[in-house]
Amino acid sequence: MDFAMLGQLTQLFGPSGSEELVAEFIAAQVRPYCDELSKDTLGNLIVRRQGNGKKIMVAAHMDEIGLMITHINKEGFLRFVPLGGVQIPNLTRQRVKFIDGRIGTIGVEKLDKRSDFKLDKLYLDIGVSSREEAEQFVHIGETAVFVGDFVESGTRLISKAFDDRIGCFVAIEALKRTKSTHELAFVFTVQEEIGTRGAKTAAYALEPDLAIAVDVTATGDTPKAHPMSVELGSGVGIKVLDRSMITSPKIKRWMADVATDRIIPFQWEVLEYGGTDCGAIHLSRGGVPSGVLSIPTRYVHSPAEMIDKRDVEAAVDLLVALLETSA
Amino acid sequence: MLLKSLSELNGTSGAEGLVRNFLRQQVESFVDTVTVDKIGNLIATKNGHLGGPKVMLTAHMDEVALMIVDITSDGFLKFRPVGGIDARILVSKPVQINETLVGVIGAKAIHLQKPSERQKALHFDQLYIDIGAKSKEEAAGKVKLGDYAYFITKCEPFGEGLYKGKAFDDRVGCAILVELLKRDYDIPLVAAFTVQEEVGLRGAKIAAYHINPDFAIVIEGTVAADVSDQGEKGWVTELGKGPACSLMDRTTLYNPKLIQWVADLAREKGIPLQFRRGSSGGNDAGPIHVSRTGIPTIALSVPCRYIHSCVSVISEKDYSACFNLISEILNELPRKLKFSPMDKEDM
Repeated sequence: MDFAMLGQLTQLFGPSGSEELVAEFIAAQVRPYCDELSKDTLGNLIVRRQGNGKKIMVAAHMDEIGLMITHINKEGFLRFVPLGGVQIPNLTRQRVKFIDGRIGTIGVEKLDKRSDFKLDKLYLDIGVSSREEAEQFVHIGETAVFVGDFVESGTRLISKAFDDRIGCFVAIEALKRTKSTHELAFVFTVQEEIGTRGAKTAAYALEPDLAIAVDVTATGDTPKAHPMSVELGSGVGIKVLDRSMITSPKIKRWMADVATDRIIPFQWEVLEYGGTDCGAIHLSRGGVPSGVLSIPTRYVHSPAEMIDKRDVEAAVDLLVALLETSA
Repeated sequence: MLLKSLSELNGTSGAEGLVRNFLRQQVESFVDTVTVDKIGNLIATKNGHLGGPKVMLTAHMDEVALMIVDITSDGFLKFRPVGGIDARILVSKPVQINETLVGVIGAKAIHLQKPSERQKALHFDQLYIDIGAKSKEEAAGKVKLGDYAYFITKCEPFGEGLYKGKAFDDRVGCAILVELLKRDYDIPLVAAFTVQEEVGLRGAKIAAYHINPDFAIVIEGTVAADVSDQGEKGWVTELGKGPACSLMDRTTLYNPKLIQWVADLAREKGIPLQFRRGSSGGNDAGPIHVSRTGIPTIALSVPCRYIHSCVSVISEKDYSACFNLISEILNELPRKLKFSPMDKEDM
C-alpha cells in the first residue's frame, strides 16, 4: 500500500471550508480509475464510476480541524476561534500553519489562576510586530491548521489530520483495487468537522441506494482511557453506534459476514460521542441504508493522531470486498 | 418611516401575522406575485420572466418575546422565553399582550429584598407578569395559555444618526428587503420573509427547499459588542463601520471566495464593510446553504447593540450601507452567475 502517498495527504492544508488543495491532490490520484470527476456547490469532490448494480456512495471527508482568525491587534497578535472540535486546553504553545506555509505559535496571556484559562486568553503569534505587517500575510476570516509531521514507527503511524485523510486514503486505495460492477460514487466531502454539511448536500444530489463512510474512531487501549473496546492493531472498526447514527442490523451483519468470510480482522465500534458523514447521509430524502468503517485512532483531534497500518490494510480489504458483494 | 412601523409591530416566532400583513401591503405593488407558504413564510417574486439564475433574499419576521404558560392562583402570569432572552433584563419592564392588554413584569421591591437576594439575578421561574387581575379567573378571562407578551418600545432617533427600538433583529432586514424590492434589478428575485428563525431557523429551511435558488443573501441584525469590557478583541461587530459580512457561525462556514468577492465589491464601490468576528449564534443561512444540493449563500447584517432585549440600537449609516451593498451585489450578480458559475469549478 502506498503509505508515502498517505504521508503527502496528511500534510496538505485543508481546514473546513478550504479543502481545495486536498481535492486537487485526490483528483490527480483517482483520475485514472474513474469515469467522471466533478465538484459541487459546497466543494465536495465527486468521483464516479459506471456500473449496473446498486448506486453505492462511499464518503470520506477532506477537511481537518483548525482555527479561524477573528481579530488582529495593533502589535500584530491574532485572536481566533476554533474550527471544529478543537481541544482548547491543548492549544498552548502549539504551531499552526496558514495556506501560504506561514507558521505561528499559540501563546497565552498571564493567568492569575489556572481556572482562568479560556479560549479568549489565547493568541496567535506569527512573528510580526504590527497590524500592518500582519495584514500582509493574514486577514480576518483566514483559517489555519495544526502542524504535525507524518512519522512511521513500526506498524504505527503518527500525524496530524488522520481524521479523516486516512478515510480518504482508504477510499482511494479501494477505488484503485475494486472490481465492483455496481455504480460507484466516491465522495470526498467538505465541512464534516463542523456538522457533516458536505455529506448532506452530496447525498441529496446522488440519491444512493447504499452508503459507506470511512472515518476515524477513538480507542480505549491507553492508560486509564475511557472504557471503549476498540484498540489499535485489532482490525477495522464496524460502527454500531455514535451520536449521529445507529447502524441497522442488516448492514452490520452484512459487513461482519463479509469480513469473516474473507478473514479480514474487524472490531465492533461503539462510540459514545461524535458522528460521521453517515449521520447526514442516512437521513437524506427517504433514508439511505448506511454503514461506517472506522480506523481506530489514538489522540483524535490533536497534531499527533496515531493509527496502525494493519487496521488501514483491513479497512481497504473490507471496503473492496463490500463493494463487490453489496448488501 | 418603514423601520419604525416594522419595529413597533409585534410578531414573535409562530405569530408573525401582523408583520406579514404589513409587509405584504408594502411590497404588493412592486412585485409580480405574493404568496404565503405552509409554514407562514411570505414569498414575493420579481422578474421571474427573465429566466436564468434565481436569487433568494431573506430576512426573518419573528422577534424574541415571551409566551404565557401558566396563570397563578392569584392571577399572575408565568412565562417562558420564545428565542434567546436574558432573564436579567426583564424585571420591571412593561409588556403588551394581545394588542390591548398591558402588563408589568414584577419582582420584589428593593426594600423587601434581603442583602443576599440583591446579589443574585432573577430566573424566569421567579418572574411573573402582573396584568392587574385579582384572581386566576379574572386573568383567565383576558389571557389564555400560549398568548405572547411583547416589549413596548417606541422606535426613535437619538444621538448622531442612531435609532433605538425593539425587534431590530430582524426588522432591519425586513425593511432593507422591502426597499430592495422597490428597485429594479436585472435578475429573477425571490424574497422570503421567514418565520421561526429565533427558535431554530425553521421557516428558512422550508423556503429554501421550495424556492430552490441559485444564490441566497441573508439580511440580518447581528450582535454589536463595541461596548464590551473585554477590549476590542471581543467586539463581534461595531456600530457605524458598515454592514457585517459573516465568516463563520454555529450554522454556516461561509465560502471564502464569496466573502472575498463581496469585500472587493464593497471596496470598489466605496461602501464600508466589516466582518462579523465571532463564531457564536446562527442565522437563516444555516439551513439555506445546505438545502438540496447546496446553495451559495452570504449573510450581511446591520450591527445592533443590546440585541434580543427590549431596546436595541442601530446606526442609520450601517442600515444605508447594508442596503447599498446588497443593491450593488444584485447589480453584479447576473454577470457573476452567468459567466463564472460558482458551483462548477473545472477539475
